[in-house]
Amino acid sequence: MLAEFGYGVIVVTFLVAIYAIFASVFGQVKKSQKWIESSRLSMQLTFPLTSLAALLLIYLLVNNNYNISFVYQVTSRAMPTYLKVTALWGGQAGSLLFWSWLLSLFMTAVTLRKWDRDREFLPWVVLVASITLAFFIGLNVFYENPFTRFWQTFSGVQPATFRPVGGIPFTPADGNGLNPLLRHPGMIIHPPMLYLGFVAFVIPYAFAMAALITGRTDDRWTRITRRWTLWAWLFLSLGLVLGGRWAYDVLGWGGYWGWDPVEIAAFMPWLSGTAFLHSVMIQEKRGMLKHWNMILVILTYSLVIFGTFLTRSGVLSSVHSFAQSAIGPAFFIFIGLTFVVSIALLIWRWPELKAEAQMTSLLSREALFLLNNLLFIGILVICFWGVIFPLISELATGAKVTVGPPFYERATGPLFAALLFLMGIAPLSAWGHSTVKTLGKAIWRPLAVALAVMAAIVVYFLLNPVLMNGYFPYALIGLFVTITTAFITLYEFWRASAARSRAQKENIFLALWRLAGRNRRRYGGYTIHLGVVLMAFGIIGIEMFQTETQGTIAPGESLNLAGYSMTFKSLQDFDLKNADGTPMQNVARAVVDVSKDGQYLTSLYPRRDYYYDAQQPMTIPGVRSTLQDDFYVLLVDWQPISSIGATFKIYHNPLVNWLWFGSAIFILGTFIAAWPDKEPERVPVRARKAAAAYQPGD
Amino acid sequence: MAQNPRIKFILGGVMILLAVVYLIASSTQASAQYFMTVEELREKQADVSGRELRLSGAIVGESIEYDPATLTLKFVVAHVPGDNAQIEREGGLGEVLHQAVIDPTRARLNVIFVGVKPDLMRDEAQAIMTGKMGEDGIFHADELLLKCPTKYEEALPDQAEG
Repeated sequence: MLAEFGYGVIVVTFLVAIYAIFASVFGQVKKSQKWIESSRLSMQLTFPLTSLAALLLIYLLVNNNYNISFVYQVTSRAMPTYLKVTALWGGQAGSLLFWSWLLSLFMTAVTLRKWDRDREFLPWVVLVASITLAFFIGLNVFYENPFTRFWQTFSGVQPATFRPVGGIPFTPADGNGLNPLLRHPGMIIHPPMLYLGFVAFVIPYAFAMAALITGRTDDRWTRITRRWTLWAWLFLSLGLVLGGRWAYDVLGWGGYWGWDPVEIAAFMPWLSGTAFLHSVMIQEKRGMLKHWNMILVILTYSLVIFGTFLTRSGVLSSVHSFAQSAIGPAFFIFIGLTFVVSIALLIWRWPELKAEAQMTSLLSREALFLLNNLLFIGILVICFWGVIFPLISELATGAKVTVGPPFYERATGPLFAALLFLMGIAPLSAWGHSTVKTLGKAIWRPLAVALAVMAAIVVYFLLNPVLMNGYFPYALIGLFVTITTAFITLYEFWRASAARSRAQKENIFLALWRLAGRNRRRYGGYTIHLGVVLMAFGIIGIEMFQTETQGTIAPGESLNLAGYSMTFKSLQDFDLKNADGTPMQNVARAVVDVSKDGQYLTSLYPRRDYYYDAQQPMTIPGVRSTLQDDFYVLLVDWQPISSIGATFKIYHNPLVNWLWFGSAIFILGTFIAAWPDKEPERVPVRARKAAAAYQPGD
Repeated sequence: MAQNPRIKFILGGVMILLAVVYLIASSTQASAQYFMTVEELREKQADVSGRELRLSGAIVGESIEYDPATLTLKFVVAHVPGDNAQIEREGGLGEVLHQAVIDPTRARLNVIFVGVKPDLMRDEAQAIMTGKMGEDGIFHADELLLKCPTKYEEALPDQAEG
């Protein structure tokens, strides 16, 4: 009964979204406020509706209703309740519903804002959002109904939305359960964060389209959506970082990023979104790059849909994709249509988006921003090429040719280094005009400090030649860029707050605090830059200086790596039980002592859990983390009679914690930049009067 | 003078474009790998000997042999079609993997991998391997990626097959 009701709710949501599409167009054509208001209200209605559907599905998940095929696929009786709730995004149908739920949440939030100044945008924003929602809910209605039930018929059990002829409901005793690899806090929050980021990018796109359609092509749309874009970007960044952390903690290969097509699918909208965040600033300050911003926002929207498509359609072989599915062609058509229509609108309004100023100086802030954009798009093109290369090569030559991580590392490396360097100098250049001389004046002090530090690093390597490997020259370049940018950024903070401290007679920390409060976007941005620099530092460490060893040792014996010594102490083998007393997992847990130069440091407990329900082992590393490095121990195998020994694999990951530490700074900086202003109404109130004065028709 | 700045920017843009194109072209050439099925590899064994390539196949459970002392993992993979549409026609990836393993007439190949035995290593998992075909007729994998679709793909409960 509940299943039919749930499906009914989804169908109604679909119809409401379709109605909102027609009401907004009709209202616009008839110039009828009533219809437009109706479309807005129906947009708001979709949120309670999708909430009802999602909560129903969660109810069925929590209550072990295995008659529902989705519930059967992603949960089992043994799972704790919170995992049953989060299983909502553990499979295809549920995650699509979850996507729609988030989208309707965001759209409702947008339609609740004050629209007084932007009446003309409203119907078009509702239109774009409704079309997107209708598409995603439509996938649930026509292809992937999460409320599909099992039916026993003459020819066996089959899943179906409606009762087949002669079918009786069939309820398996227990479900499949969630893959144990996914039962990790990082994995529980990672998908919703990515989805939030994906979904929130629909909003700047909707406003951009509204601006194109209405011809109100000033920078109003970028100002309205600035914060939305930042929040979208924040969630997307968080999703990417959490995914990396999950891989590092759970997948047991000592890495965090594998250039998997699905990782890239989430990374691509992040790249174009980052480019967009930078280039809108030029539009706001200088009235330039308007076409480019439109292209970036369209691109980001298409990449968001493409990313969802890649994760969900199984078109590429990847560890992340759930399944081959019928929804592939539908996605393809939707991306194609929205992309073509958006570009057509842009071409239609092309002359009206003319730049208000011209770039003259190659070193001006706007020119460097443009360069930043080109580099981001360059990386995006490389990623896109890598992802679709197998498809292209198959079409062109008949043979499937793929490119792996070395391709991405090699091709994007120089561009990332250039970006990092640019990140250091661009904030120092002036709008309009800069020369080598003015830039040099601002840079030389931090540059001198950076060179001194680099000299110390080179000396350190010369004293420890064992650390030098094939990557050494690249590592030096990377470290130089990273350290220079770090010092320039810190120097910027110091210079500005020292100036304020002198002028206002404030303590320097208070000056920094107030300065950042006054111009949060700028100082939030600098904080993000600082986070990126720290992340780069960590990435250089693990990518270029990671070492590993492996071996089978008996209790009392040791393995040595990077100056550390690891001694195998003991091993325990035991069962963990479910609440009902059935065995849940077998745990093999080793105790090892880590020491350096004969000095005992700590004990680690690498383990290997075997889940009976999923018939799958899971390796959990024992890790000693310091700012200097991670000592990362995996228990690979052991002999039942522990006197024979156990096999370990050890990674030494230098500097990797700077990656996580930098990520935290990065996220903090985004919060600073995205946090709503204390007094956001003051400016709009004044501006509203002015706007009303020359809009008599409104 | 009015034209000069434009030329500067166009030149700069073209240079970046060329750099990106160069990076893509050279990196593609340096790291492109043929993605092959077991059957294709058996046919072209001589041509691709010593070349880095990717191979996809279904793991035959009873062949898995692991020596933890040397971390040497030996197993046999059975042919699964590379074409998504064909996999769809044959009943989805889970079914195709199952058929590949129980059908003794399928092309099979021995694989050696040195390293940690992956958690997902088991019967009827899909293995995607990167490595080289050796003179000995064994595929030497440097990288082993496993997909275990059965848990997610089979919408039908096991009871239904009885």
